[in-house]
Amino acid sequence: MPRVAFTRNLQRHVACPPCAVAGLTVRESLEAAFAQYPKLRGYVLDEHGALRFHMAVYVDGVPIADRRALSDPVPEAAEIFVMQALSGG
Amino acid sequence: MSDQLLVSTRKGLFSARRQGKGAWALEQVHFLGDNVSLTFCDPRDGAWYAALDHGHFGAKLHRSRDRGATWEEIGVPAYPTPPEGHVEKDFLGREIPWRLIRFWCLAPGLASQPGLLWAGTLPGGLFWSEDHGATWQMVESLWNMPERRKWMGGGADAPGIHSICVDPRDGNRVVVAVSSGGVWMTTDLGQTWTAHTKGMRADYAPPELVEAPESQDPHRMVQCPARPDVWWVQHHNGIFRSTDNAMSWTEITDVKPSVFGFPVVVHPKDPDTAWFVPAIKDERRIPVEGKVVVNRTRDGGRTFETLHKGLPQGWAYDLVYRHALDLDATGERLAFGSTTGSVWISENGGDDWLTLAEHLPPVHAVTFA
Repeated sequence: MPRVAFTRNLQRHVACPPCAVAGLTVRESLEAAFAQYPKLRGYVLDEHGALRFHMAVYVDGVPIADRRALSDPVPEAAEIFVMQALSGG
Repeated sequence: MSDQLLVSTRKGLFSARRQGKGAWALEQVHFLGDNVSLTFCDPRDGAWYAALDHGHFGAKLHRSRDRGATWEEIGVPAYPTPPEGHVEKDFLGREIPWRLIRFWCLAPGLASQPGLLWAGTLPGGLFWSEDHGATWQMVESLWNMPERRKWMGGGADAPGIHSICVDPRDGNRVVVAVSSGGVWMTTDLGQTWTAHTKGMRADYAPPELVEAPESQDPHRMVQCPARPDVWWVQHHNGIFRSTDNAMSWTEITDVKPSVFGFPVVVHPKDPDTAWFVPAIKDERRIPVEGKVVVNRTRDGGRTFETLHKGLPQGWAYDLVYRHALDLDATGERLAFGSTTGSVWISENGGDDWLTLAEHLPPVHAVTFA
């Protein structure tokens, strides 16, 4: 089962411990996490369901390609990491 | 008479309380480290609303029903989904996103409309809530208005609604001011909108657009609660006043040290009394000669007094944003905060000022609670 973890900076604002999720895509996997922590959705996605501009999602260390539909595939034992897109110094 | 002041800053919401005559002190901070873009205290039920702008994580709204002892996160407005493939651009061809960037003002409905709140947002959105902010609906008539596409960002990248005035005589009559995009009125609770900028002018616009409604950049607009036909606007171009319920505006010129600024407040009972914080305009945006002053008129703008007692009069570069000047319900207590983290309070209409703070984070807004 894929596992999704969230940056510590996000956990300051909303509960989101790492969790195992059933999902074949990034969208399905994140939806499974949001089902457990509903408040989390608005911190990661915008009102249209796209990844927020300054957020980043990695699947096994690789940034996802589809930031809008979140259609990137998620392997069975993947590690998904959600963090803020660091920029600047 | 308010004994408490809330200061919304780049790094938290600070609360100050009056300790006695002429003595105020900071006593508490909420959301320390977070960007609090504004705070609204609902005069109808005493609830506090704090708008947070987390940057990475988006804009959020928190409400307290016990004056800050506890907070709960509530709903935020959602922009409509644009048509497939639609990329909206402003008048200059810059992309305008259809998503919530920031709250820019919150305003109450009438006492007869409990739970009704209005929100102005970036980019250019007007929303209302009928359930104390739990859920929000966009006023789509304004968003879909063709003229809305001529609004432009100014200091911010996108245009925004920063002033919402609900007529105390008629809750269906609502007027909003846009930076940069004019003044718009509905008399049918948001079904239709008309521009109300007659008499305003925008010297900074191309000559043929100087009087166009969408060219006007009102920085802040207020309506006198006791005499709601009287309005004041601190405009990018100067100070404007209306005495006919925003049907027309008269420019007030020859105001020293400057007609430029961001905030304005009007006395709750006396429509001829208003306060401004002047600055050097455009690319500089600093106090004139490094002196922090407040301008007050008591005769409808015919004359102004420049108030400075207790304010720094040299080497001071405090800029005061449009929501960073407030007046309490008596019209006696004033407070303002600056981009360099200073906050000053007056208990006598601006004649004398005391320094509440000098080292806070940049101040977005101050609000008597």
